[in-house]
Amino acid sequence: MYNKTITEQGKDLRAGKYSSVELTQTYLDRIKKHAGLNCFITVTEEFALKSAQAADKLLTTGNASLLTGIPVAQKDIFCTQGIKTSCGSKMLDNFSAPYNATVIENFNQSGAVMLGKLNMDEFAMGSSNETSFYGAVQNPWDTKTVPGGSSGGSASAVAARLTSAATGTDTGGSIRQPASLCGITGLKPTYGRVSRYGMIAFASSLDQGGPMAKSAEDAAILMQTMAGFDPKDSTSVDQAVPDYSADLNTPLAGLKIGIPKEFFSEDLNSDIASTIETAINEYKKMGAEIKQVSLPNMKLAIPAYYVIASAECSANLSRFDGVRYGYRCDNPGDLNDLYTRSRGEAFGQEVKRRILMGTYALSAGYYDAYYIKAQKVRRLISEDFTRALSEVDVLMGPVSPTTAFEQGAKTGDPIEMYLADIYTIAINLAGLPAMSIPAGFVEHKPVGLQIIGNYFTESRLLNIAHQYQQVTDWHQQTPKGFE
Amino acid sequence: MEWETVIGLEIHAQLATKSKIFSAASTAYGAEPNTQACAVDLGLPGVLPVLNQEVVRMAVKFGMAIEAEIAPYSVFARKNYFYPDLPKGYQISQMDHPIVGIGHLDIEVDGKTKRIGITRAHLEEDAGKSLHEDFHGLTGIDLNRAGTPLLEIVSEPDMRSAAEAVAYMRKIHELVRYLEICDGNMQEGSFRCDANVSVRPKGQAEYGTRAELKNINSFKFVEKAILIEVERQIDLIESGDSVVQETRLYDSDKNETRSMRSKEEANDYRYFPDPDLLPVEITDELRAQVKADLPELPTAKKQRFKEQYDQDDETATILSSSRQLADFYETVVKLSNCDSKLCSNWVTGNFLGALNKANLNIKQSPIYADRLAGLLRRIADNTISGKIAKQVFDSMWESDATADEIIDQQGLKQITDTGAIEAIIDKIIADNPDQVAQYLSGKDKVFGFFVGQAMKATQGKINPGEVNKMLKDKLK
Repeated sequence: MYNKTITEQGKDLRAGKYSSVELTQTYLDRIKKHAGLNCFITVTEEFALKSAQAADKLLTTGNASLLTGIPVAQKDIFCTQGIKTSCGSKMLDNFSAPYNATVIENFNQSGAVMLGKLNMDEFAMGSSNETSFYGAVQNPWDTKTVPGGSSGGSASAVAARLTSAATGTDTGGSIRQPASLCGITGLKPTYGRVSRYGMIAFASSLDQGGPMAKSAEDAAILMQTMAGFDPKDSTSVDQAVPDYSADLNTPLAGLKIGIPKEFFSEDLNSDIASTIETAINEYKKMGAEIKQVSLPNMKLAIPAYYVIASAECSANLSRFDGVRYGYRCDNPGDLNDLYTRSRGEAFGQEVKRRILMGTYALSAGYYDAYYIKAQKVRRLISEDFTRALSEVDVLMGPVSPTTAFEQGAKTGDPIEMYLADIYTIAINLAGLPAMSIPAGFVEHKPVGLQIIGNYFTESRLLNIAHQYQQVTDWHQQTPKGFE
Repeated sequence: MEWETVIGLEIHAQLATKSKIFSAASTAYGAEPNTQACAVDLGLPGVLPVLNQEVVRMAVKFGMAIEAEIAPYSVFARKNYFYPDLPKGYQISQMDHPIVGIGHLDIEVDGKTKRIGITRAHLEEDAGKSLHEDFHGLTGIDLNRAGTPLLEIVSEPDMRSAAEAVAYMRKIHELVRYLEICDGNMQEGSFRCDANVSVRPKGQAEYGTRAELKNINSFKFVEKAILIEVERQIDLIESGDSVVQETRLYDSDKNETRSMRSKEEANDYRYFPDPDLLPVEITDELRAQVKADLPELPTAKKQRFKEQYDQDDETATILSSSRQLADFYETVVKLSNCDSKLCSNWVTGNFLGALNKANLNIKQSPIYADRLAGLLRRIADNTISGKIAKQVFDSMWESDATADEIIDQQGLKQITDTGAIEAIIDKIIADNPDQVAQYLSGKDKVFGFFVGQAMKATQGKINPGEVNKMLKDKLK
C-alpha cells in the first residue's frame, strides 16, 4: 500500500481496504526500519496515530478531502504547534513552536496525517543535506550519495516510501534539486502562491514552499491544500486557487516548449544532457513544438543569488540571539558574550558563512556595489524569462548538472556546492513556478527534468508533468531495498 | 565672538492606533510586562509583519497638514542592530523612501512668524523596554511596547534658539493632537524628541559640528538641554577645543549632557528594503478620503476665530490651542446665541480657570457646553448680572443643575421692576443726605457709594446699568 499514489490510497481508504491507522502504522514501521537514511528529525508517532483515528472517523462521514487519512511528512522548517521545529539547527534544537504555520494549518484542515518532521540543511542553506545539525541524509538510490538539499529529508523519504508525500521549500532549488537527485516529483510554486507564514525564513524574497510527491497527480492534490492567499503573509498573492487536478489530462498537442541554450552548457554531464533530450523528444511525440531560446543573463544568477539570499538571511537570522528562545550559551559574561557565544556555538559553518557574506554585502560602502547591483541583475534575469516565455509556453532543461554525488565530495568547496543549483537559482530570482520530474537514470541514479512556466501556471505545469508520467514510468521506479 | 545656534529636531510621535503597526496586539499603555506582545512582536521564527493600514492613513493625514509631498510609493526597510529589547535584531523603519516628504510648519516666537522646514516623516516600529532595576544584576525585557507605531518627524536645521525649538515642538504637539493621530502624552513617552544642536560664528554659512541629544520628553527639558549644550559647545570652541560629532544624553537631574557614543562607534545599520512587506501605495482614493476627514488646522482656525468671532490674537490663540477647547467654545456660542466675546470671556476666564484649578481636561469637565450656554443666556437677557453669574457658575460646578434651576432655587433673579428699583433708590437718597450733598457739590466719586448701597440692599440682584441710569436721573 505504501507504493500507491495518494489517489489510489484515498480510494482504498474509502473502500475500506485498509484504514488510515493501518496505512500510518505501515509508514511508521518503514520509518523505523529505514532509520539509517536519517530522513526524520522528529517522528510524531502518537500524534500521527491519533490523527489517523480521527481521519478514519471523518472518512465515514463523507466530509473527507482527498488528503484525509493520507500520511504526509513536513519539512522541519514549518512551525508545528507543540512539536519541535528545529530548522535543522542546533540553534532551535530546544524549540517547540507555539503556533502552526499556515501550511501546517491547511494540512490539518484537510485531515492529512502528519508522520513527523523531516531533516534538512541547516536553515535550508545547502544543496546536499550535509549542513544539518542532525547529520547527513542518505539517498535511497545509493546510500553513499547525498539526497540533495535543502529538502533532502523530504526527497529521500518520498523516494524510499517512508511517507505518501512531503513538503519542501525552495529558495534556490531546494525542492527541485533533491527531487531530481532522488527521482521524485517536486513543484516550486510561483512566489506568493503558498503562504510563508510560519515557514522559518532563509531569504524572504525567494523562499517558497511546495509539494514533493511520487507523481504530478499527487503533487496537484498537495498543492490544492497548500496554495492560497494568507492575510498573515503580505507577500502572498490574493488570487483564486484553481483546481489543480482539473487540467491534468489536457492533451499537449500544440504545446510550445522553449529550450534555453544556457541550460546545456559544458558544465552539464553529457549523459544527463542526452537523458533530458530524450525526455523532450517524448513531448515532441505528444505533439509539442520545440524551440531554442536564450536567457543571456543566466550566468549572473549564482553571484546575484548569493548576494541577495545572504543579505536577507543575515537579517532574518538576527532574531536567533539567545535572548528569548533557542540555544543560549552557558554562563554568558555580558551581553556581547551572550550574543557571540550563543550564535557562534549554535550556528554551523555554512550558516555563518552566509551571514558573514550577507552582512558584508549590506555594509556601508559595499551596499551599492553588491546588493543594488544584484537587484539589477535580478531584474535582468526576470526580463530574460519574460521574453522567453512570451515566445513559448514553458521552458525545459535539466534540474542539476550532476546526479547524486557522494557524501563529503563537495563539503570542502562551497563554490562547487553552490554550482549544484546553477539551473534552479535563476527561477527563484524571477519568482516563477517550476517542477522537477523523474526523466531517467544515469548510472542507476535518477535524473530530473525541469519544467518552468509563467507566473501562476502551476496547473499547466502539473498537466505537462502528468502527461509525461502517463507515457513513462520513471516516477514509478523505487530504489532497491525500498520496494 | 557672537555665536549662532543651529537646531534641528527629530520628533517621535506614537500613533494612536488600537493595535500595533505590524501585529494585532494592543498598544494600550501600562499593562503587565509581556502581556501585549504576540508571536510577531516576540520575533518568533517564521512570523511575518502585516501593515496596519490605519498608520498609513495617519501618516498621510500628518503629511497633508504640513503641506508635504506624500510619496505614492514608500518602502519599509530593515535597520539592523542587536539589542535585547529589539526582538528581530532589526527595526522595521523607512529609509530611502519615507511616506511623507518635504513640508513645513509656521511657528511664532516673540510675535514673529517663522517657517520651519520639515525634511520628512516616516513610519517605524518602536522597540521594547529593558528594565535594569529589580532583577539582581540581570536585565528584564518587556516587549509590550515592541511594534508600537511611531511617526518620526525630522525637521530641517532651521531653528536658531532654544525658544524656537520649543515653539516648533509645541506646534507639532498641538498639530498631532488636532489630527487625533497621537495622544501627545509625554510622561508615557507618546511624544518625545531628539535634538541636533550645533553652533557657528554669526555670519558663517557652514554649519558647525553637531551633537545629537537623545530622548528628551518634555518641553522644559528640550529648552534646558539645548541651552546647556550650546553653552558647552561654545566653551569648548572658545577654549581652543572642537566639538565632536556624537550622540549625547541629557541628564535632567544634573542639568548636563554627556556622551553616549561617538560617530566612530556608531552602528552601521545596513538598511535594506524589507522583503516581507510590499511597498506602501497611496492611492488617489485614500488621499481624497483623508483630505475629506482632515479637520480645520490650528492656524486656519485661529484666523477664522479672529474674523468670525471678532477675537483678538491672544484670545484666538487660546481658543484654538486644542480642538476640544475650540469645539467647546463654538458650541457655547451656537447654543447660547450670545455675543461671541461674552462667550470667550467666560470660556477662557471662569471655565478654563476652574478646569485648571481642578486639574481636569475639557472631556472631564463637570460643566458641558449646554449648561454654560444656559448660564450665558441669563446674563445676556439680564436675568442675572455678571457677578451673580459667577455665583451660579460655582453652584453649577458642584451640581448637575442648570443655571435656571439654580437661579430659581437661590432666588437670584435680577430685580427688573422699575417701580421696585425706584423705591429702593429713593430710600437710599432719603437715608443719606450727607452723601447726596457731597455728590451735588461735585464729588463724583460718591456716586459709587450709592451704587454699592443699591447692590447691598438687593444682594446684587439689581441691574447695575438700570441703577446707574436711575441714580443719575434722581441726583440731578
